[in-house]
Amino acid sequence: MTATTPAIEVAGLTKSYGDHVVLDGVDLTVPAGTVYALLGPNGAGKTTTVNILSTLLAPGDGEIRVAGFDVRREPAGVRAAIGVTGQFSAIDELLTGRENLRLMADLAHLDRTTATTAVTVMLERFDLVGAADRRAQTYSGGMKRRLDLAMTLIARPRLIFLDEPTAGLDPRSRRDLWAIVREQVADGVTVLLTTQYLEEADQLADRIGVLDGGRLVAEGTAAQLKRRVPGGHVSVQFTDAVGLAAAAAAHPEATSDAEALTLQVPSDGSIAGLRRVLDGLDNDRVAGVTVESADLDDVFLALTGHAAEAPAAREIPA
Amino acid sequence: MSTAYTVHDSVTMLRRNLLHIRRYPSLSVMLVAQPILFLLLFVYVFGGTMGAGLPGQHGGGDRGDYLMFITPGILIMTVASVALGTAISTASDMTTGIIARFRTMNIARVSVLTGHVLGAVLKTAGAVVIVTGFAFLLGFRSDAGPLDWLGVIGLLVLIAFSLTWLTVGMGLAADSVETASNTPLFLVILPFISSAFVPTDAMPAGLRQFAEHQPFTPMIDTLRALVTGARPGSDLWLAIGWCALIALLGYLWSRRLFLRVPAK
Repeated sequence: MTATTPAIEVAGLTKSYGDHVVLDGVDLTVPAGTVYALLGPNGAGKTTTVNILSTLLAPGDGEIRVAGFDVRREPAGVRAAIGVTGQFSAIDELLTGRENLRLMADLAHLDRTTATTAVTVMLERFDLVGAADRRAQTYSGGMKRRLDLAMTLIARPRLIFLDEPTAGLDPRSRRDLWAIVREQVADGVTVLLTTQYLEEADQLADRIGVLDGGRLVAEGTAAQLKRRVPGGHVSVQFTDAVGLAAAAAAHPEATSDAEALTLQVPSDGSIAGLRRVLDGLDNDRVAGVTVESADLDDVFLALTGHAAEAPAAREIPA
Repeated sequence: MSTAYTVHDSVTMLRRNLLHIRRYPSLSVMLVAQPILFLLLFVYVFGGTMGAGLPGQHGGGDRGDYLMFITPGILIMTVASVALGTAISTASDMTTGIIARFRTMNIARVSVLTGHVLGAVLKTAGAVVIVTGFAFLLGFRSDAGPLDWLGVIGLLVLIAFSLTWLTVGMGLAADSVETASNTPLFLVILPFISSAFVPTDAMPAGLRQFAEHQPFTPMIDTLRALVTGARPGSDLWLAIGWCALIALLGYLWSRRLFLRVPAK
């Protein structure tokens, strides 16, 4: 793969099971060395896309090249270049962490010394030294995910697919995993990840594709996507209806909520805009002020017509 | 993928399967216990009566003669029993996430299966040694020479190899681990309708024809000849032929099931 060849090139990808269309003409290009996030709700076609790109599943129509190889005609070339970590742990639970890594090193045809070194390095880097000789089935969710990723990375693939890599992880494990992904990117590895978590896409990705109902409904950087929806707002909460009414009269463009005693004033997030709102307020009648910028949740809602379903999953412990 | 890697990957997968056998020994113990129970049951419960009914140069025999008669059949049941376990372990392996990982790796894919088969053949060898030892404890004696024993070992390995390819296919074809534990049951039943426990002459016409022509009978007759130091004759070639056929069909079937690109 040279610098000029994109790591992933997909044109007109379709996939259906009978009458059920899963992917309906997806086009995407991922330049080498970048992180691309496929964002979408359950059933949007994220996993199907990853499975096709990683040669697990035959595509319907379309031109698909991964690491410069055609997924239909040159699957071995694709497989030699990629590493995959799916949403279900792809580890051997009967083996220990060390044995799992050794298995991967052997299958990557590393010679004995290189394999032994690589296993030790991975155990240390993924904080699994203490658990190295315990069976993987005794590992916590976060440890399993780390082992899984270590198994993917031990062969040093140039392109990795991460299918919902942090689904079901606690916030700390999620942050650990993000750090690992960033390290990989710093080493020049290309990453395609799927996620339901808007924050994750925002944190990691250079470009984000919003997948909904088998179609890419939007694509761009996080900033570009955020610009596509109405901007943020300043939300002011009042102590009584008089204060609310006075402020509402001063800001005809604002929406007032009489029951909650709040006024939402559209804002571009600048200091000047914020000052304009604050200057007219009577300190004694204000209970609190919050500034909210548009986030990817707003983008998601605006682009797909329904909210992302992810946030509730954040409470699942590891 | 070159052949060198096929061998290399198969050895790697064999190591994985040997670790599985070590980590989960209860299945193996159960598979060896079954033929031993049959051996005890047939020798001590039925042996006296059955031995008396055996045709022989002395005009019938005793419990000891019956032990001599059924040991080859019990060895075949041992092989079948381990093969049944392989259907279960293959099916349960296919439910684990690591199989999907293997499919995305640049390895000889069939090595996932050869790992299972080679592991099972080694496991069968262990089981056969234990069961044979048990038969000797009960009083089994053999006139076989070293060459005959070599033949016994060779044939048992061949049978294990062929039955295992068949049961790996059954494990892959099964939609659940439960199904995988049921489909190969016929392998444990079939030896009953063969020359394993009674001479086929004692059966009614239709059944006798089936018993004489089913694959287990030439295998058992060959083993019986070898352990008594006699010449197996045409049964040997028939047994080898059946093994080759079953192994080939089992291999092609398993390979096709495993290599097909999954629909979902």
